[in-house]
Amino acid sequence: MTDAMPAGDRKPLAPPVEDTGMIGWARKNLFSSWGNGITTIVLIVAVVWVLNGFLEWALFTANFTASTGSECRGGGACWALIREKFRYIFFGSFPYEQHWRPLFAVIAMLAMLVLSADRRMWNWRLLVIWGIGSFVTFLLMFGQIHIPLSLILFVALVCGGAGLALRSALATPSERMAYYALIGIGAVGLVLRILGVLPKWSIGIAPLSYVETSLWGGLPVTLILATYGLAFAFPYGVLLALGRRSNLPLIKGLCVGFIELIRGVPLISLLIMASVMLPLFLPSGTTIDKFLRAQVAVILFAGAYIAEVIRGGLQSLPKGQFEAADAMGLNYPQKTLLIILPQALRVVIPPLINTFIGFFKDTSLVLIIGIFDFLNTANQALVDPNWAGFPGEVYLFAAFVYFIFCYSMSRYSKYLEVELNKGTRR
Amino acid sequence: MRNRFVAAAAGLAAAFFGVAGTAHAGKDLDAVRSRGTLNCGVGIGTAGFMLADSQGKWKGLSVDVCRAVAAAIFGDSEKVRYVPLTSQQRFTAVQSSEVDIVMGNATYTLTRDTALGLDFTGVYYYDGQGFLVPKKLGVKSAKELNGATVCVAPGTTTELNLADYFRANKMTFKPVVIEKVDEIRSAFFSGRCDVYTTDASSLAATRAANVPPPQTFDDYVILPEIISKEPLGPVVRHGDNQFADIVRWSLYAMLEAEEYGITSKNVDEMLKSDNPAIKRILGVTPGMGKALGVDEKWVYNIVKQVGNYGESFDRNVGMGSPLKIPRGQNALWTQGGLQYAPPIR
Repeated sequence: MTDAMPAGDRKPLAPPVEDTGMIGWARKNLFSSWGNGITTIVLIVAVVWVLNGFLEWALFTANFTASTGSECRGGGACWALIREKFRYIFFGSFPYEQHWRPLFAVIAMLAMLVLSADRRMWNWRLLVIWGIGSFVTFLLMFGQIHIPLSLILFVALVCGGAGLALRSALATPSERMAYYALIGIGAVGLVLRILGVLPKWSIGIAPLSYVETSLWGGLPVTLILATYGLAFAFPYGVLLALGRRSNLPLIKGLCVGFIELIRGVPLISLLIMASVMLPLFLPSGTTIDKFLRAQVAVILFAGAYIAEVIRGGLQSLPKGQFEAADAMGLNYPQKTLLIILPQALRVVIPPLINTFIGFFKDTSLVLIIGIFDFLNTANQALVDPNWAGFPGEVYLFAAFVYFIFCYSMSRYSKYLEVELNKGTRR
Repeated sequence: MRNRFVAAAAGLAAAFFGVAGTAHAGKDLDAVRSRGTLNCGVGIGTAGFMLADSQGKWKGLSVDVCRAVAAAIFGDSEKVRYVPLTSQQRFTAVQSSEVDIVMGNATYTLTRDTALGLDFTGVYYYDGQGFLVPKKLGVKSAKELNGATVCVAPGTTTELNLADYFRANKMTFKPVVIEKVDEIRSAFFSGRCDVYTTDASSLAATRAANVPPPQTFDDYVILPEIISKEPLGPVVRHGDNQFADIVRWSLYAMLEAEEYGITSKNVDEMLKSDNPAIKRILGVTPGMGKALGVDEKWVYNIVKQVGNYGESFDRNVGMGSPLKIPRGQNALWTQGGLQYAPPIR
């Protein structure tokens, strides 16, 4: 603290070079003591060694162009196998010349998922997005869609009922009339259809050749099973969770019984039941599509797990929220949809997405009932005697694709947590 | 009980109407015809027998039998809808009419043929338990395996057959019992055991596809002894004998065609043959198709579109394929094998 220098020239010296930048960081974090230094060096050597081996195998000696498996043998990774098989791995036995259909179906589904990830879409738009997205997906996959009259009537009934329940206090008389009309048309029409008065009629949209579900395979199957499995399981799980907290003993008993039954058995046993036992109970000659059976099994199973996750959220809400909603004069659907669920669901986002990720991967269990999902088509690619003997390459490729999907979901969960907690984070 | 009743009723009806044999198509055949496709249950990916290729098309020896049946019924071997089934599902699927035939590489046994309400209509592949050994051991016969270490899967008939065979030949062995196929293979190829035993077709696939470099296919041999019987056959439901007949004779037609030297390449010239047997087979002399209830050109369609048994065998599992399984028991009876078709006459 001498005044040897004039005040104006007193510039602070830059800190010594070994304390700043890369070197400083490394000194502080990697080499702060003898022990740490040695650990760092050992680990760097290990990483370089492993990485070197991996790159040597995966890139430098890899074969990208071989036309048969035997040409590939002996060198590094045989990526030529993926080149040969990737269309089968992605699309399975779907007719080869028509692979653009599952490709665009996957794109449609991904677009639908990305759009519905945006919070601004969380209103009536969501229904439109899913309606259009699902229609495009299934039109491309099936090639032809027949919408039966009974389905249209059923949708009318459900729309009318939902509108009436949710907007009973807000609706104008004319709107209310419209709901009653929808319910009336739906209910009367369905009864007449069942009695056989109305004909078996359907709207047919058939721009492409029909491709049945036994030919579907690969990524579209995994995506459809996971997306629609979870899309249906989610509302179903919410209903189960609400039912489990119901005061009516019958409803509560049914919901508890269902949840415990499903959670008490592995998904595999449910799938095997659906694929092996169910056909024996049906009258001879009637068969339910195998894919549909697996889809329903996934929905039931996921529903039970989601219900328990959501119940956790419901239990975390203070009792005052319920009482306040009651005091406002809201009816049960309004109370649940406007007050309870928005808060309960926000709490359970991380476990919910965790469940979703789990189920996305669990869909690969359908391989035990002979459905060719993405992992199973990858497995099949290995069986080909012309190309067999390269399991590493195929599984790495499959893992890479699964990782992309699961990691995106996990990032989305992170974004959603931040987004929905803005109110509580000051 | 129910089957006996059905049989009795059918017998009565036949007596009453004086119907014999083919006059009336059964319900399964009717269903196949009105649907316009044959529902063929196939196993989940077995190399050489049933496997979707890089373009997603099902190919293999078992698949070819389904194609032959479709060629006989519709004149078009492509009119097959393949339904992949696991080994747990395959019999239920045919019992519940989900599929018309199962080609799941199922072993023909008495209980399956009777108690399950199923019919095996023949044998398209005689499989059996064999031994795979490294060539450097210099072993030429399973009889020289005394004292060998043997890799085998636990709890299967394979393990029991192995013990029986060694005991019967007064030899000893050390079993290395491993549950998972992949692990058995790696144990065998890394030298933990001298011998790997399982079904011969599976041994051939292992040898063709799983030998780790730098060793090659030629460093291993499958010994000639086959120590168990695993005849693989097409499976249909009880109840529609005409459909079962068509399935049975479609396979026989492939064998007959091979026996008479009719191939997919020369079948058109063979139409002009003077041999009365060939004329009958190819429908130049009509009668066979009518008796079976299909088009007179049924064998022509099968051979033209699918090929004879030998062609199919060679292309899918034999020397023309990576599996390189020798004909062995699956050679025609005229060449010392077991494949023997009753005459088409």
